[in-house]
Amino acid sequence: MELLNALIALSNFVLVPAIAYGSQLALGALGVTLIYGILRFSNFAHGDTMAMGTMVVILVTWWFQSMGLNLGPLPTALLALPFGILACIGLLLGTDRVVYRFYRAQKAKPVILVIVSMGVMFVYNGITRFIIGPDDQRFADGERFLISVRDFREMTGLEEGLAIKTSQALTLVTAVIVVAILFWFLNRTRTGKSMRAYSDNEDLALLSGINPERVVMVTWIIVAALATVAGTLYGLDKTYKPFIFLQLLLPIFASAIVGGLGSPLGAIAGGFIIAFSEVTITYAWKKVLSFVLPESLEPSGLVQLLSTDYKFAVSFVILVIVLLFRPTGLFRGKSV
Amino acid sequence: MKKLLAASAATALLAGAAHAEDVNIGIILGFTGPIESLTPHMADSAELAMKEVNDSGEFLEGMTLKPVRADSTCVDNAAATAAAERLITTDNVVAIMGADCSGVTGAVLTNVAVPNGVPMVSPSATSPALSTTEDNGLFFRTAPSDARQGEVLASMVMDKGIEEVAVTYSNTDYGKGLSDSFVSAYEENGGKVTLVAPHEDNKADYSAEVAALDSAGGDALVVLGYSDAGGRGMIRASLDTGAFDMFVMGDGMYGDDLMTAMGSEMEGSIGAVPWSEGDGAEAFNTITSDAGVNGESSFTRESYDAAALIALAMVAGGEATSEAVAANMLDVANEPGEKILPGELGKAMQILKDGGEIDYVGATNVELIGPGEAAGTYRDYEVKDGDYSTVKFR
Repeated sequence: MELLNALIALSNFVLVPAIAYGSQLALGALGVTLIYGILRFSNFAHGDTMAMGTMVVILVTWWFQSMGLNLGPLPTALLALPFGILACIGLLLGTDRVVYRFYRAQKAKPVILVIVSMGVMFVYNGITRFIIGPDDQRFADGERFLISVRDFREMTGLEEGLAIKTSQALTLVTAVIVVAILFWFLNRTRTGKSMRAYSDNEDLALLSGINPERVVMVTWIIVAALATVAGTLYGLDKTYKPFIFLQLLLPIFASAIVGGLGSPLGAIAGGFIIAFSEVTITYAWKKVLSFVLPESLEPSGLVQLLSTDYKFAVSFVILVIVLLFRPTGLFRGKSV
Repeated sequence: MKKLLAASAATALLAGAAHAEDVNIGIILGFTGPIESLTPHMADSAELAMKEVNDSGEFLEGMTLKPVRADSTCVDNAAATAAAERLITTDNVVAIMGADCSGVTGAVLTNVAVPNGVPMVSPSATSPALSTTEDNGLFFRTAPSDARQGEVLASMVMDKGIEEVAVTYSNTDYGKGLSDSFVSAYEENGGKVTLVAPHEDNKADYSAEVAALDSAGGDALVVLGYSDAGGRGMIRASLDTGAFDMFVMGDGMYGDDLMTAMGSEMEGSIGAVPWSEGDGAEAFNTITSDAGVNGESSFTRESYDAAALIALAMVAGGEATSEAVAANMLDVANEPGEKILPGELGKAMQILKDGGEIDYVGATNVELIGPGEAAGTYRDYEVKDGDYSTVKFR
């Protein structure tokens, strides 16, 4: 019974939040890694791309809500998601046309493109704040919990409760579906294969007749979809505030680099590694330990490795360690 | 056409002439930031007092009070200091109604108000540290210091029979000051604090903070933060994870938004907010509802009183200067003299002009003690049926 309580407390405060957060990071990191693999630069505007896509989703959600349209227990935002993705595709293709294509034609160095993407980031950020404002926006509706703590306690009679939010379950399910479709696309379709070829060796790919502009276009479309989905899930699960997505950039890049830049599988692994490290290192283990250990050994302190204020420092430290000892990342991506 | 030009030129001259007689009063509040949902009502109340003074026609000969708003942001000391500089150098304000949050109030006081000799009357800065700040007699507040609020909260929690709590505070001067005073008062009463953890405002997710507090345990979570920022996030995350369902809230957590969002889930939670009852509060309710101002919101009463005291101190000194405000503030606020309620500012000014004395009671029973701060009355509330219900005043 004690062990079961420990397990439930662990799930409630560590496993469930970390899995949801990891899925959100993985989706974000996939976008970063795809751009790095194909367009060969670190896209700092990715966080704000997420914010922009999510903003459109929120606006359409509000419109649907005002018309009384909903999905019952599921959040209306799911219905608005395709609109957000479409708008985001338009935005990214437009940006590529106006900004990135110019530098691509000049064969600009990656570091120049990184700086350019920072400029794009500030523009996106400004537009987002201008349209929806810098404040918290609430757009979640539908059933809040899959299992609430109270129901769980009544069901099992255990001392500890377990809550699973609809948004958390939704995040995991959506992430699995999106990743499955992405891998199918990259490994099975002609366009996907040409993307991978282009990523592996640009010159060879061009020689074999692959149209580079088409590959770039498809990449932006996929990235737009990933960014909007990731941003919306994060907004549903936590909160939507344009500034938050800027802060999210660090863990997303850490995930992509830990997994190996350019490697989609690595991005997913990296996302979960970062999420679990952040949550487990800043979790106070006192409660779980006091269930597991005999009474004489119960800790009096909190058994917390780092205060929660240092959450972002954790991803930073992991990033530095990986860059020092294995610059290509866990899954042998490109070295930075 | 010529006539029109001449006419407009004359009007411009007249307007210019009227302008010269304006007495500018700065209203520096956090119109953006963590208490942005409270500040518009606070500013409206302060301006209501100034309007009352102007409309009565009893203010100093031919002069009118003119409010000038500025944004303190509540959290950004540099921005608040710059805004206050602007008020003093560009708008030539003679006194400042504000600032709101304790951190920016301290910054504005030491960096701008004291060097320029401009008095400040804060309606809502409650940090105990401000009582001892070097202010050259220029700082006043109509809100009580948190040293007292901490005691009030501690005894409320004890009355409820809760003997073990976890405390989280907003990582600001306000939160830290209130948390210190609560913890020392609560432990003195025999309570046990399992963990005191600060939280940063404006984060996306507070589940990690709540997990640590949950691990430490306790029968209730004492939230000393802001209702539009971290405090709300902490409560949300606690409810979601089932870590706590009983909350004890400081005055920064009082807000209608919070009740609309999750009042029904916080049944039985308690808190305190500076309040007032009696004739003054009723008179204030009457004039605010007549003027279409929201007088129910936090710190609206204190804001009205702050602005009224500035005006009355000027009349008592017979001139619209910073010195007059600083020198006469305690005289008009405290006994002896005729009791003055909200809506009677005209009468008060008449008495002062005739050489009489007044004791401004205002909406909050203002009594300035010690270095010029209100003694304060608190409203203890309990959350019932998703709304605030008053338990008692103390």
